[in-house]
Amino acid sequence: MSDISLTVNGRQVRAAVEDRTLLVHFLREHQGLTGTHVGCDTSQCGACVVHVDGKAVKSCSMLAAQASGSTVVTIEGIANGADLHPVQAAFKEHHGLQCGFCTPGMIMTATDMIARHPEGLDEATVRAELEGNICRCTGYHNIVKAILAASQTMSKASKPKKAA
Amino acid sequence: MYSVNYHRANSVADAVKLLKTGDAKLVSGGMTLIPAMKTRLAAPSDLVDISRITALKGIKVSGKAVTIGAATTHYEVSTDAKLQKACPALAELASMIGDPAVRHRGTIGGSIANNDPAADYPAAMVALGATIVTNKREIAADKFFKGLFETVLKDGEIVTAVTFNAPAKAAYQKFRNPASRYAIVGVFVAKGKDDVRVAVTGAGDNGVFRAKTIEAALAKSFDPAALAGVKISADSLMSDIHASADYRAHLISVMAKRAVAAANG
Repeated sequence: MSDISLTVNGRQVRAAVEDRTLLVHFLREHQGLTGTHVGCDTSQCGACVVHVDGKAVKSCSMLAAQASGSTVVTIEGIANGADLHPVQAAFKEHHGLQCGFCTPGMIMTATDMIARHPEGLDEATVRAELEGNICRCTGYHNIVKAILAASQTMSKASKPKKAA
Repeated sequence: MYSVNYHRANSVADAVKLLKTGDAKLVSGGMTLIPAMKTRLAAPSDLVDISRITALKGIKVSGKAVTIGAATTHYEVSTDAKLQKACPALAELASMIGDPAVRHRGTIGGSIANNDPAADYPAAMVALGATIVTNKREIAADKFFKGLFETVLKDGEIVTAVTFNAPAKAAYQKFRNPASRYAIVGVFVAKGKDDVRVAVTGAGDNGVFRAKTIEAALAKSFDPAALAGVKISADSLMSDIHASADYRAHLISVMAKRAVAAANG
């Protein structure tokens, strides 16, 4: 057993876990944060993507013990109260989902992608960056549209003075 | 996954001590090892996490000399401004490994110590004539990679860094398996001051290897046209459901030409 201590969605969490506990199982089963999904369980599909210390990672391929001391943000932790995160709002607006299973991972990947590309995104970049997220409804078109729209909204919000 | 004991090492010396516990294995990003443990292909009794050892992290560029700490992630390698200037080919190679989430965790030391026959870094290390630095010695990349998933690393030996001199020109071209996105053939070409080195990953039935006939042709003329008549033997190339040895031989030549063209920019 390992005693782990980490911040999850702004909350300090301490727990004793079996060393083999995967981060995704810790989040879902110990913390009740079932928004993070287990899709393929082989680190290919990206349904389990969360942010660890500000970077998108696949929580099915990381031990909870490896995340001890880190700051973890899941899909439950990105909205501001009742206000959706701009990426969530864009997925809603552009209908960037069909069954919704891949959506939490898509959104966590998208927020990380947008943060890494403050210069803005184009369609080719978004599609390449989505390599590690699989949507089996194959609804990529609206997902890409939503991410591009969110990227624009967020870059406008962060650079209010840069008018045309 | 079978039960395992997790330890976090604070220093290389600490890791060496912890590695003596049971059948312990090192873990850094864990992008290969954790999935292998989940499918029970690997079942170490103990894991020694070296990913947070500060001494193993970071990239130093001084003139042409490049040093990359073993626990430096693919993401860090791909985005390091000094490395992008000194050896853009290596930064680009790192940006082509796995997907963004995998690149945030996976490390250069882990990749070369694992020596997957389709991994990208081994080709770069061999073509760049890199030196693999461990806690015990320095090993030339030519001698480091021994076979499929095999290196010359001994028990208790830990890769701490890789070093190389940035070449005048270099490029990496990979032909991906459309499903797994791993290299079916990857060719790294590096033109130094007075030699050309070409290393191939994904194709050899014994892992990464140098393509000497291509090197000889390119030493005469560093131009894709120089490879027009160069035949690559299919002997000792892999044949599997994805590609036959003959097809891989053909791809080596094509990828080498593309790499030279990219290196010449």
